Amino acid sequence: MSEFLEFGAEHLPYILEGLPITLGLWALAMAIGALFGLLLAWARLYGNKLIYGAATAYVEIFRGTPMLVQMLFIYLGLPEIGIVFDPFTAAVIAIGLNTSAYQAEYFRGAIRSIPRGQLQAARAMGMSQFQGLRWIILPQALRRVIPQWSNEAILELKYTSIAYAIGVSELTARAEKIGYETFMFFEVFMLLALIYIVLTGTVAQILQFLEKRTAIPGL
Amino acid sequence: MLLQVENIHKRYGTAEVLKGVSLNVVAGQSKVIMGPSGTGKSTLLRCINHLTPPDQGRVLVEGVEITSANLNKMREKLAFVFQDFNLFTHLRAVDNVAVGPRKIRGMNKVAARDLAMRELERVGMVERAEAYPAELSGGQQQRVSIARALAMEPKVILFDEPTSALDPELTGEVVAVMKQLASDGMTMLVVSHEIGFARQAADEIIFMDGGHILEQGPPEQLFASPQHERTRQFLSRIGEGGAGA
Repeated sequence: MSEFLEFGAEHLPYILEGLPITLGLWALAMAIGALFGLLLAWARLYGNKLIYGAATAYVEIFRGTPMLVQMLFIYLGLPEIGIVFDPFTAAVIAIGLNTSAYQAEYFRGAIRSIPRGQLQAARAMGMSQFQGLRWIILPQALRRVIPQWSNEAILELKYTSIAYAIGVSELTARAEKIGYETFMFFEVFMLLALIYIVLTGTVAQILQFLEKRTAIPGL
Repeated sequence: MLLQVENIHKRYGTAEVLKGVSLNVVAGQSKVIMGPSGTGKSTLLRCINHLTPPDQGRVLVEGVEITSANLNKMREKLAFVFQDFNLFTHLRAVDNVAVGPRKIRGMNKVAARDLAMRELERVGMVERAEAYPAELSGGQQQRVSIARALAMEPKVILFDEPTSALDPELTGEVVAVMKQLASDGMTMLVVSHEIGFARQAADEIIFMDGGHILEQGPPEQLFASPQHERTRQFLSRIGEGGAGA
């Protein structure tokens, strides 16, 4: 045990230098995912045939292929047609686009769960469709989606580790490097797992707090 | 003429629900539409503010056809009170009332809140201004929804069976508010079988059957001596007049 602590004390600082990268990847990807996810949900609920079809195809493609493949395609495939990203950007785009497909479905379900009559009441008062969605439906749907969104956020936090495959120097890449330097793979990946547990636990707590804080009776 | 409804037709698939309905409402009048269920009363109301666009026919408010300009602007003049209230679940009572003035009429927060409190006062709901809809009884929710309609300062309020989702002991408070509005001079078009309201507050009863207006007239006349057998049958079924049906 004391050996493990010693190992930790020696190598933790180096691994934790990857923490801002991991959190940066995660936060940017989740933000892209939320924005795109909302747009996709909108497209699938209220779009015309063409918009609905395009959004549906997008969701199916990104949910039906592995995120690692998507990331490799963006980082290694796109340069062949002249689109070049640095590893961090490529990883943010891949994770962001992937999670947007999942978030779209969560948003869509949450929006559909709000009784239709409320949008009708908004329209009957003189609100446009957009105003009704913005002021009446969305505030309720966003509250309802928090539990599912929390799961997705935690899943994506773990998925940022995939970025190590294209050379992003995040937590996992750094831990692996220490592993090869010390050949203490058991200790280093135990340490890495501990770091992820603390991260996911903290995020879960924060989101649970948010859910409680925004709760409204009857919603 | 405040509200003119001309020759409204509405068809769902093969079923023609409205077969050419026309009616007029003068400012300050309240009219009650009655008739058997499935006869197109609610559809008619929804056609009037184009929540359900009619297949044919025109609706004019103060002489302006409501589809001729901005439909959203025209709808501000035609408030709608729903059978199942449709209050906004995430907003407190006062914010349910204030949200329209604020987001549609562009009022500032303080003015909208003041207006909302005045309208809640009118329906006797000031004490529960900070409650969420889920914390209110059905009757209270319906009173808040009437305040929400009033806050848009509409020309006409359309009531779609405002008491039929309520427990019998809760209808009284809603009917009382509606009677008060009628006597304040609010123009109202009400789909309802509330005999108390119809007798005491309505200027005219419109009896609909099978997608048509069968007959219309002042309540005392229509209840005492209905012209049509269908009207007689209906009135006797809801426990009113209809000498021998």
